[in-house]
Amino acid sequence: MSRELFKFKGGVHPPEHKAESNSRPIRAASLPRKLVIPLRQHIGNPAKPVVSVGDRVLKGQMIGEADGYISTAVHASSSGTVTAIGLAVVPHISGLPDECITLETDGRDEWIAHGPLEYQEMAPADLRMRLRGLGLAGLGGAVFPSAVKLDPGAAQTCPTLIINGGECEPWITCDDVLMRTHADEILQGVAIMRHLLGSTEILVGIEDNKPEAIAAMRAAADRMDFAVEVVTVPARYPGGGAKQMIETLTGKQVPSGKLSTDIGIQVFNVGTTYSLARAVHHGEPLISRLVTVTGHVLRPQNFEVLIGTPMHTLITLAGDRDGTTGVLMGGPMMGVPMPDLDVPVVKATNCILVKSNELFPPLPKALPCIRCTRCADACPAELQPQELFRFAKAGDFGRAQEYHLFDCIECGCCSYVCPSHIPLVDFYRYAKSEIWAREKDKRAADLARERHEFRQFRQEREKKEKAEKLAAKAQAKRTELAAAPGDAAAPSDADAKKALIAAALARAQARKAEVAPKNTDNLSPDTRHEIEEIEARRAKIRELARKPLESEEKT
Amino acid sequence: MPSPFILDRTSVTQVMAWVLAALLPGIAAYVWLFGPGILVTLSIATVTALAAEAAMLKTRGYPAKPFLSDLSAIVTAWLLALSLPSLAPWWLIVTGTLFAIVVAKHLYGGLGQNIFNPAMVGYAVLIVSFPVQMTHWAGPLELTTTHLSLAQSASAIFGGDVSKTTLDAVTMATPLDALRTGLLQQLTVDEVMTHPIFGHYGGIGFEWLAAAFLLGGFVLWALRIISWHVPLAFLAGVWLTAGFLHFYDAGRFGAPWFHLFAPSVMLGAFFIATDPVSGATTPRGKLIFGLGAGFLTIAIRTWGGFPDGVAFAILLMNLCVPLIDQYTQPRIYGGEKKTREPPA
Repeated sequence: MSRELFKFKGGVHPPEHKAESNSRPIRAASLPRKLVIPLRQHIGNPAKPVVSVGDRVLKGQMIGEADGYISTAVHASSSGTVTAIGLAVVPHISGLPDECITLETDGRDEWIAHGPLEYQEMAPADLRMRLRGLGLAGLGGAVFPSAVKLDPGAAQTCPTLIINGGECEPWITCDDVLMRTHADEILQGVAIMRHLLGSTEILVGIEDNKPEAIAAMRAAADRMDFAVEVVTVPARYPGGGAKQMIETLTGKQVPSGKLSTDIGIQVFNVGTTYSLARAVHHGEPLISRLVTVTGHVLRPQNFEVLIGTPMHTLITLAGDRDGTTGVLMGGPMMGVPMPDLDVPVVKATNCILVKSNELFPPLPKALPCIRCTRCADACPAELQPQELFRFAKAGDFGRAQEYHLFDCIECGCCSYVCPSHIPLVDFYRYAKSEIWAREKDKRAADLARERHEFRQFRQEREKKEKAEKLAAKAQAKRTELAAAPGDAAAPSDADAKKALIAAALARAQARKAEVAPKNTDNLSPDTRHEIEEIEARRAKIRELARKPLESEEKT
Repeated sequence: MPSPFILDRTSVTQVMAWVLAALLPGIAAYVWLFGPGILVTLSIATVTALAAEAAMLKTRGYPAKPFLSDLSAIVTAWLLALSLPSLAPWWLIVTGTLFAIVVAKHLYGGLGQNIFNPAMVGYAVLIVSFPVQMTHWAGPLELTTTHLSLAQSASAIFGGDVSKTTLDAVTMATPLDALRTGLLQQLTVDEVMTHPIFGHYGGIGFEWLAAAFLLGGFVLWALRIISWHVPLAFLAGVWLTAGFLHFYDAGRFGAPWFHLFAPSVMLGAFFIATDPVSGATTPRGKLIFGLGAGFLTIAIRTWGGFPDGVAFAILLMNLCVPLIDQYTQPRIYGGEKKTREPPA
């Protein structure tokens, strides 16, 4: 295939470490005794539980329903009994617990009744609702609800559909192995996406370090009844990022602050595509995924894992070793350290990377920035990381924002190349959370001011209305006295006014009630959780970032 | 610690070590063409710089090991030493180095914080304060009858028993000095160029020294320690300015090749103006920085009070860096085509 490829700016090429895990066949992870299924595994509103403690559930049964448009359902990954609904530790950088449904499995792995969807006969909106109910979310890392991304919106169609098989993070091979073994099903998923999005051009981008996957996908593409172009792209991190993949394949950049659909392009990860095919052709909700378990383990390989399986069981299956210094979810560039190995595998878990001092030596101490701009050369967002660092460190968040802090994708390329070994991304995370916190404070202050102004307005109006009422009453009295013997006048002006006032009061009450729940002492557990999470993250990052570079510490 | 959990192998120490390594061809050529005196100068500067760095780190309460081992003090010392006359008295070298490390580097906040290139600050202080001692340039061996050994050079530098006559026999005006003096005597460039010091492009020996610095600079570029922007723009600035003047009046203004091959331009373009700390950071900013420095170099050489202008040109451009950087912010991924409005 000779497609003109474009080069995105920046990027790095860290050691790949793919061979460790991609040579062994996929192994099904054993059924654990306990499954912990978080209600928030995706971007958007967490799912709402629809089962109670003590309920018996079947494999594939919905246990949490989507709450709103940007949300998706969660399901029981195996049959068993609900033993708890409440806070449990989840794989999140904050280390805070979140709402989860805990199941005790019965070992029978008994499926709920399910079957294929006749997707071509369904109205697109209905199909999307069904997909939301089947828990589909992006498996490439962002876990955005797929049903939302499959809505072409006002444009009616999305001309270009890109299937992302880049998998640029070192160590991770789940997409590679999936493409080698399930190419046909991936492309069946593509057919469904094409149906929903009306795409005319379908591109599959795969990095050139996965020749077997490319061959398998090309062979499968030849068997399809529509054109799919499988394109080999150069392996360079973060070439598998959606924005970078788009630029490599089309030469277009997603405008800052916009979505790729604004330029007629939608991107899905191969794992998402596969799970879509399973959902539509078999009616299977998203209850399992491929997870690479690699690093400091005896047998690095890919496992087919039920969502909710505790991570330690996978590490045991892969052969745990002495000298483990920590576990990451994801790869070494963007992965998240796990607070605890009891945390469950979630929809976002593409890799469990076990660290050791040999594989991941402790990072050297940081020196001051020498403005060498290696970070700027490596930045795929084409930012000036050295300036952002300077502003973040000085607490000059306004300037940091002017220098496009929020276009940073936190890919870690800058930190990777920094010869002073400065943890640059930490500083950007810190600056971002500070700005969010300030915006939140500002919103709260704005709200308080609005309420105060409304109260003043209301008091003013009530005063006026009272005066009018009195005047009307006096007038009525006078009329009454004037026409003493006559029968009562028809409903007077005063009555109409009264009705108006009553209505206004009711409106004011309603408005007040609407405003009230936003007050900080009456929050839903969700919001409270969100606030706690932000606060915890702030505290953590502030501590990290505010700490002078270790080398700057006084002796 | 949050992500990323892996690092590229480069370190500040490695970057500085490569800069030092890239200076070796220049130093070798220096010894070959002008005698071993420069080795004494380099040693004095190195020892002084390390001592001053250690003392300043201790005074400021910083750990000595990570900062001494980053080699940045030695880079400053070598760049200053290579800019000084090779038979300059020891106290001149010590004063310049001390000023570079103590004032220009540490009083501004240490590594990464200095707005001016420390070596050039040291040089500027010396040329302003001790103009006479700053003329003790060893002449090219090809032209001098007496050659000093390493011990004799050391002795001369430390004010030992080398006779005034011997010293006079080995020192010589640099080509830039000769040109300047000749032009002041109302000679034309062609007449001045008949002086034996002038070689093919620059001065005898000097042009080869410049070529050796150029070679080292290429190594730095090939290793991506420096980008091409600053050196190329610097050389272009020198060549265009000098070329324009030479084209305007070849009798009064030296040829562009002559100016390029005066060694200070090559040293300045590849090793000094490329100092990341005190230089511009954006690609367009680097071009402006280099062009400006090149232009100023020729302007100072031509109309200024000093024979060479590289140091002052670089210092003046250092001053402009915050402004240049602010107005040359590049377009970001997905940004609008036009450049960013400068913040209010």
